[in-house]
Amino acid sequence: MNTFSFTAFILIIPLFMFLLTGLTGMKYKPIISGLLGTTGLLIVTILSYYTAWLYFFQVGQVGNTYTSIIPFNIEWLTFTENLKIHIGILLDPISVMMLVVISTVSLMVHIYSLGYMKGEMGFQRFFAFLSLFTFSMLGLVVASNIFQMYIFWELVGASSFLLIGFYYQKPSAVAASKKAFIVTRFADFGFLVGILILSFYTGTFDFDKLTQPGTDIFNSAATASFIGMSAITWAMLLIFMGGAGKSAMFPLHIWLPDAMEGPTPVSALIHAATMVVAGVFLVARMFPVYLFQTPEVLEFIGYIGAFTSLFAAVIACTQFDIKRVLAFSTLSQIGYMMLALGVSGYEGEHGVGYMSSMFHLFTHAMFKALLFLGAGSIIHAVHSNDLREMGNLKKYLPFTFITFTIAWLSICGIPPFSGFWSKDEILVAAFYHNKILFFSSVFVAGLTAFYMSRLFFTVFFGKKQHYHHTPHESPLIMTIPLMILAIASIFTGLIPFSHFVTADKLAFNTHLHLNIAIPSVLVALIGISIAFLLYFKEGKVANRITVALGYVYTTVLNKFYVDELYIFITKKVIFNCISQPIAWFDRHIVDATMDGIARITEFSSEKIKTLQSGQLQQYAFVFVGGTIALVLAFIYWYA
Amino acid sequence: MNILSLFVVIPVLTMIGIVMGRDMKAVRWIAAVGMFLQLLLAIVVMYLYFAERSAGNTAEMLLTYDVEWFKSLNIHYTVGVDGISVAMLLLTGIVVFAGIFASWEVEYLQKEFFISLILLATGVYGFFISLDLFTMFLFYEVAVIPMYLLIGIWGSGKKEYSAMKLTLMLMAGSALLMVGLLGLYFNSSTTGNLTFNILEIANQNIPLNTQMFLFPFLFVGFGILGALFPFHTWSPDGHASAPTAVSMLHAGVLMKLGGYGCFRVAMYLLPDGAQHLSWIFIILTTISVVYGAFGAIWQKDLKYINAYSSVSHCGLVLFAILMMNRTAMDGAILQMISHGLMTALFFALIGMIYGRTHTRIITEMGGLMKVIPFLSVCYVIAGLASLGLPGLSGFVAEMTVFVGAFENTSLFHRVATIIACSSIVITAVYILRVVGLLLLGPVKNDHFNHLEDAKWFEKLSAGTLIVSVAAIGIAPLWLSNTILISLQPIVDRLVSAAAMAHLF
Repeated sequence: MNTFSFTAFILIIPLFMFLLTGLTGMKYKPIISGLLGTTGLLIVTILSYYTAWLYFFQVGQVGNTYTSIIPFNIEWLTFTENLKIHIGILLDPISVMMLVVISTVSLMVHIYSLGYMKGEMGFQRFFAFLSLFTFSMLGLVVASNIFQMYIFWELVGASSFLLIGFYYQKPSAVAASKKAFIVTRFADFGFLVGILILSFYTGTFDFDKLTQPGTDIFNSAATASFIGMSAITWAMLLIFMGGAGKSAMFPLHIWLPDAMEGPTPVSALIHAATMVVAGVFLVARMFPVYLFQTPEVLEFIGYIGAFTSLFAAVIACTQFDIKRVLAFSTLSQIGYMMLALGVSGYEGEHGVGYMSSMFHLFTHAMFKALLFLGAGSIIHAVHSNDLREMGNLKKYLPFTFITFTIAWLSICGIPPFSGFWSKDEILVAAFYHNKILFFSSVFVAGLTAFYMSRLFFTVFFGKKQHYHHTPHESPLIMTIPLMILAIASIFTGLIPFSHFVTADKLAFNTHLHLNIAIPSVLVALIGISIAFLLYFKEGKVANRITVALGYVYTTVLNKFYVDELYIFITKKVIFNCISQPIAWFDRHIVDATMDGIARITEFSSEKIKTLQSGQLQQYAFVFVGGTIALVLAFIYWYA
Repeated sequence: MNILSLFVVIPVLTMIGIVMGRDMKAVRWIAAVGMFLQLLLAIVVMYLYFAERSAGNTAEMLLTYDVEWFKSLNIHYTVGVDGISVAMLLLTGIVVFAGIFASWEVEYLQKEFFISLILLATGVYGFFISLDLFTMFLFYEVAVIPMYLLIGIWGSGKKEYSAMKLTLMLMAGSALLMVGLLGLYFNSSTTGNLTFNILEIANQNIPLNTQMFLFPFLFVGFGILGALFPFHTWSPDGHASAPTAVSMLHAGVLMKLGGYGCFRVAMYLLPDGAQHLSWIFIILTTISVVYGAFGAIWQKDLKYINAYSSVSHCGLVLFAILMMNRTAMDGAILQMISHGLMTALFFALIGMIYGRTHTRIITEMGGLMKVIPFLSVCYVIAGLASLGLPGLSGFVAEMTVFVGAFENTSLFHRVATIIACSSIVITAVYILRVVGLLLLGPVKNDHFNHLEDAKWFEKLSAGTLIVSVAAIGIAPLWLSNTILISLQPIVDRLVSAAAMAHLF
């Protein structure tokens, strides 16, 4: 037994709740499963906070360094003497931080869902799946080795599949869940091969050994090469592919906007705050390997992140579905986090990118969950996702309006809200590392402010709509989580993050870089002002602009036709050009050959059987003929 | 009497009981009780095996028993088990038990049906306990031949054609096997004391040329039953026409005879041949894995989808065997067990769904989740197991195979492994396609709104299989370790053969 043994319950409780509500949920009233799930999660949250307090303030630091603590590690499966999968818990700054993020957001979503999902068919199922998801996500972040991470990674994908397809009678939801699973599965294929390569050369799955700076286990992987790149480069690139799939980085981002077909609380939990940052977490977890062994891959990650953030932000400006705008905004913000990791160094202030990435992950989880839950509240009120059917909601939804305002200011990067602080650190990191990435992120900051303000003004101000029913504010059970998250969005930015989560696990001090902060706030204000001019009143000017942009606008509106490209590849190429020919080949070539052999046998036996006619004359004829032939042959050969 | 012989005795007694049974109720209960005893026996044997091992018995085969059977040819009835056969016996026990309940409501010639089914099971049990090649072959034939009757009489669709095709192709395999086995027999001793005993042959050094000659006969002979490309085409037709329990047994355990035979006979007894010729079969099995999966995407009939999926999964078994190291072979055995359980589950569920909707074409169905939730949830679980979700058995098996296969350092093996790995994506595509079309979405056919959900015996059948799949998936270590220990002698032989191969 040790101090942290109790952390096992952080995993056990949600799993138990899943099994309990999943197996027996139909036996009792729906609300009971909801309450069971929520209570379980409340305990998990308390345990997580206690863990965080214990780790950061009591026992985590040895000297000045935060240590990694492994409370337990059970052998689960043995491959070879060295390669064993353990299921365990690894506590270090990032995993403890993630525990706090996940349990907080998950608890808020649980409470919110008690109101939002009330009366839905499959209420029990919903809570069972939420518990399953929470279990998997928690297991992912505390994984003590990369294979355990892969296990929970898959489980997270499956629970996301189940939750996106929650409204299983709706064809679009079924299609979206399928797409999400298959796209991420494709990425996981890369992840798996990456793990295979990495583990083969290093002989271990353990994060502890892999992320030790200055370790020599990579020597053999660095010398082995394949098609011009070393094995370690391949491995880390493929592992990043897994992360890019989960975190919806370009070009594997296509599943995320469609995933919005799921219930809104699910979007808040899985597709905004927790699961989609798993890729960022993975890169952060493997950060020393990326930085010291394969800096070129890390550079690549930075560019992918920057491109995704720009790409998604541009698309977000044109979308009309409130949840899709938020989805693209999520893509864009995750791109920021990746970018920050890509430009990070290791020691002290050089590791500001790493720190800011985690910081932004933390604050983003709060304000983005708030945005999604707020959007849920709006959808709940007007029964539509379409921005064009909303407007002037400020007076109907006072709580939602206030909390949404806080989240909006936070994501736009207006001080003193949380988003400002973390984004500022990212810009600092980019500024001192790579000017191109820096300017691109500043531009994205402006775009972010613009599209979020477009959404904000359209929904709460804008033109007056005629609603069938007067929109009404959501019940307290839904607005309380909003308020809690709003408070978090205001204050989490003030946490001195660099004292807790850093690349080298040593605390350092940060200060505000006014030379960067002031321009970035100005850019954000410009974005907001443009949106204000266009959308605060009825948006006639905006329509004129979109018409003037013509093809450019339609291309962006259709998300640069990436989906169409994928459909072409999957439907036309894989389905029609590979699968169908194989099926045909199997039936008409392979099988026909077998049938053909049978036919030839049958045919020849038909022919041969006439020889056995039973007619004495024929037999005599054959006998005599045969004798003569043999005699002639003998004479020919021997005489 | 030796406890292992009970595996043959109990079914015989059960069959006698069935003959004497008065009505359908009695017949099926006798069958159920008999097969339940078999399952218990499998568990007891497993327990005895562990007890012996922990008592320090390190012999390769335990619980052995030997009777001379046919003196002039030195044929013995020799039985014995190691960790691998114990695991396979347990698999057989579970699948047969579930199969009886899945055919609880057979309406036509019940007695004959259950007798044939149990005869088939006897063959399978006998095969897994035999250590004498001749006895093994005998049981093999006992398992294969009832299949003809079961499909031809109780089948559906083009049953005569399918039954004939399946039997002929498997018989062709038997012919190859016969040659291979006789070849082994005549090379089994240099002193003229010829034997069929596997353990004795394993001590012989059969000359390389002979090994190279015999290996294809044995590997292909068993491989046909293990759905080796391009000899797999009996599988889709055969499964499509077979009645539910027969599909379950066939895909669940009978196809495993192929994998087990390849491994126990072809690889173990002919290690040099295996080392030299494995590349051909690695190519074929890699094709099997990917080809089967792509083939499944296009199918519309549930049973065809599953048959192709079996080609892919069983291809992975043979693929792993050919990787010739401990981890990969461990994965091969795990994959056999895992595939046996989940494919039996699939076929059981397909039978139950077909019994209600009277169609197996997925495009004619839809939205079943709403009307028959129990069966649908089971189907989703089977699907998730098949696409390798952690926590279910498929993941454990596949990962062990992939990690093991990757231990081979040659580029050829690596590329084959990565291609085989890609099947996890393709599998996801066809599984989710089926789940989406069959279970989700709106209910397409109004008649389906009145379907009844699973009855008690159907729940029992599916439940048994799901629990087994989950048990392996959640706690795989005990099973994996049981198998690993017993793999040592086989792997040692292959490794020393590899060392020899490098010398040349």
